[in-house]
Amino acid sequence: MTRLRSWWSEVTLLRHLVLAAAGLLVVVAVLESAGDFRSLQLASMAYLGLAAGGLTILTGLNGQISLGHGALMAIGAYTTALLLPDRESSTPLALVVLAAVGATLAVGVAVGYAAARLHGPYLAGATLALAVAVPGVALFFKGRLGGEQGLRVVLPDIPEWVLDLAFFVTGQELTRSRYVAYVAWLTLVVTFVLLANLSRSRVGRRWRAVRDDAVAAELAGIHLGRARVSAFTVSAAAAGAAGAMMAITVRLAAPSGFTLNLSLTLLTAVVLGGLGSLTGAIIGAALLTFLPQVVTGWGTDAGLSDIRAAELAPLVYGLVMILVILLAPSGIVGTLRRLAVRRTRGGPEPAPPATDAADPAAPSSSDALTTTSKGTSP
Amino acid sequence: MKRRHTRPAPLAGVLATLALLAACGAGDDRSDEDGGGGVSEVGVSEESVTVGAHFPLTGVAAPGYSEIPTGAQAYFDYVNAQGGVHGRQIEYLVKDDGYNPTNTNTVTSELVLQDEIFAMVGGLGTPTHSAVVDFLNEEGVPDLFVSSGSLQWGDDVEDKPYTFGWQPDYEIEGKIIGQYVAENLPDAKVGLFLQDDDFGEDAEKGVRQYLEDQVVGVERYTSGNTDVGPQIAGLQASGADLVLSFNTPSYTALSQLVSLKLGYDPQWFYSNVGSDPDLVGSLLSEFSEGAVEGSASSLDGVLTTEYIPGIDQAEDPWVQLWQKVWDEHGTEGELTNYRVYGMSHAYAFVQALQAAGEELTRDGLVEALEEVGQDLDGPQLAPFRFTADSHMGISGLRVVEIKDGGAADPLTPVLVSDIGDAPIEEDTSGQADDAPPEGGVPE
Repeated sequence: MTRLRSWWSEVTLLRHLVLAAAGLLVVVAVLESAGDFRSLQLASMAYLGLAAGGLTILTGLNGQISLGHGALMAIGAYTTALLLPDRESSTPLALVVLAAVGATLAVGVAVGYAAARLHGPYLAGATLALAVAVPGVALFFKGRLGGEQGLRVVLPDIPEWVLDLAFFVTGQELTRSRYVAYVAWLTLVVTFVLLANLSRSRVGRRWRAVRDDAVAAELAGIHLGRARVSAFTVSAAAAGAAGAMMAITVRLAAPSGFTLNLSLTLLTAVVLGGLGSLTGAIIGAALLTFLPQVVTGWGTDAGLSDIRAAELAPLVYGLVMILVILLAPSGIVGTLRRLAVRRTRGGPEPAPPATDAADPAAPSSSDALTTTSKGTSP
Repeated sequence: MKRRHTRPAPLAGVLATLALLAACGAGDDRSDEDGGGGVSEVGVSEESVTVGAHFPLTGVAAPGYSEIPTGAQAYFDYVNAQGGVHGRQIEYLVKDDGYNPTNTNTVTSELVLQDEIFAMVGGLGTPTHSAVVDFLNEEGVPDLFVSSGSLQWGDDVEDKPYTFGWQPDYEIEGKIIGQYVAENLPDAKVGLFLQDDDFGEDAEKGVRQYLEDQVVGVERYTSGNTDVGPQIAGLQASGADLVLSFNTPSYTALSQLVSLKLGYDPQWFYSNVGSDPDLVGSLLSEFSEGAVEGSASSLDGVLTTEYIPGIDQAEDPWVQLWQKVWDEHGTEGELTNYRVYGMSHAYAFVQALQAAGEELTRDGLVEALEEVGQDLDGPQLAPFRFTADSHMGISGLRVVEIKDGGAADPLTPVLVSDIGDAPIEEDTSGQADDAPPEGGVPE
């Protein structure tokens, strides 16, 4: 058993691929039993999870705070909208997503260069400026970017072979909402495998080293600026993919979708789920997607008026946030993991938990900061 | 290193699987069509018909606008208490979108795909509703009486066959205001204060048809940016002594406060959207943190327009009906102009349901509205323009002056027009003088 475990923890790539495949199976199972609206909700969860995943890499692994990830999503979304203006647009969806990622990546490099020179609150301030400025750009170039009303996004027709394949595999007709959800979750799984691999590689270890002690890292020969810029760039690329998914899910890219609120929401998802953990990012995204609707539903069932029920959602959301910070400061995943560790240590098994053992650069304080790509079940 | 070698293996596997699947040619089976409708329509049963709407119940746009669905709900309850329409009770679902188009999209998907509404009734806002109008038309959901005066709800029936406007569009409002000013205030130097989206654009198009030579300054604001100092100062500098404002209520209050501060005192002419005296009064005292004592009389002397009777006309038979409905079925609070607005479009929806007949279908509803739309009675001062070629809403309005603590004093008869260069004429339909039927439910 112990041997199997240590073997499992050593074959990083294989482990990530197996987990990704398992995740995809869960996605198929869940989406096939979900209705159209659920599918769209799951798609929103996927794009929030994608962006939160990127942010959790940046904040959890490299210790940089970004309040501007909403703006980076906007860049991905607007790129998508510009490439998909009507049904006749011939750009294949995969290319559109890659273009969105590319555009965001370019912005990420530029912002990353500035960000690498800043720390803590100054960095937060700089990225905050980005979050405030980007929606303004869309308003200023009204003719091209649609101003306040934004740009419509028209999803091209589903390719015939996808329809055939989906019908062959599931025996169900593939609806548009389900198609969007599949695209979003597939993007999420692929991105998370890449992110998980990266964080387990030399690059990821450098990021952690820079986070834990900049001076020590520099003495060890790590180029601080380069490590910071690369972390920001990777994180931005994930946000770009998230923006593209948001655009095709919401069918709109408008400034009001990318307010400062979105950036803060992403940070909330990361903190709720657990800093530095991709699983945590998914859990955080799930909470943000489903909590408001569930709470509003409770309110209506309890006989509150529509307005009161609508006001209940932000209230409960705030309460959950406060409770998590007070009771589980390392987030949901962090707390679960600590509980698991405590139980293992107390039990007869002498081996330390597998995740830590596999990670030579893990900080000795070993919080929730190790990263694994778990499945993608909602 | 290792990564580079292992990567192609799963990829190749996927490709092989795909090839295999393609070879099987399972695609032939995928041909089942919908049953073609007929049996029962979505959201309709023998006992009930479910409709929905999106409104800003929270957030900056909530004051005033969040009252509209409470009015509509009260009127639907009133109709339900009298047995509903063709024996069906109307169930009305309202979702909060916080005036954010992204949220509008989510809640509309929820209404259409999960709650399975039969029709959308009165969804509010130009940027918000334009995010979902294509989706509703693709799904074939009747999208009636959008609470916004943008032209796009009714000017292209082929593109949006299921969408119907309700209030007079901003272009004819602009035209009628423009003509009034050109005829009655020919020496005025006109400044325009516009919201920087379809609202301001459509209105400017209308105004300029009549006032091209009189306009001395144009200023635009972006909804959400609460600093209008530069715009008002710009109007002042241009020497405008009459300001035509096409803005939402919050910006009426803001523009009043800023011009107080700057000592700028032109004649103000607010379009219907931004001129509710009660709401603006309360916003004035809120925004100025009590420095300005806001009340319903704060807008006295201001010019505006109206297309349905408001609560200041207590002796109007329609307002009496709304008061009765609100007393019997209203929730907390008084009857307000926003609730009257909600009841008015709820009334029109009940008329549409009745016209569609016992066998209620989505397409049937649309056809019925196109057929009888122009002849519908109701609180609106001028008739609707609904035909098979146009889904534009109410065709006209009258210019009024606000005085004596928020009462509207008519300055013109009801004037009707249409988009483009259609002439402005006095309304001859007598719509303004009709009264509701005995029981308060359309027959």
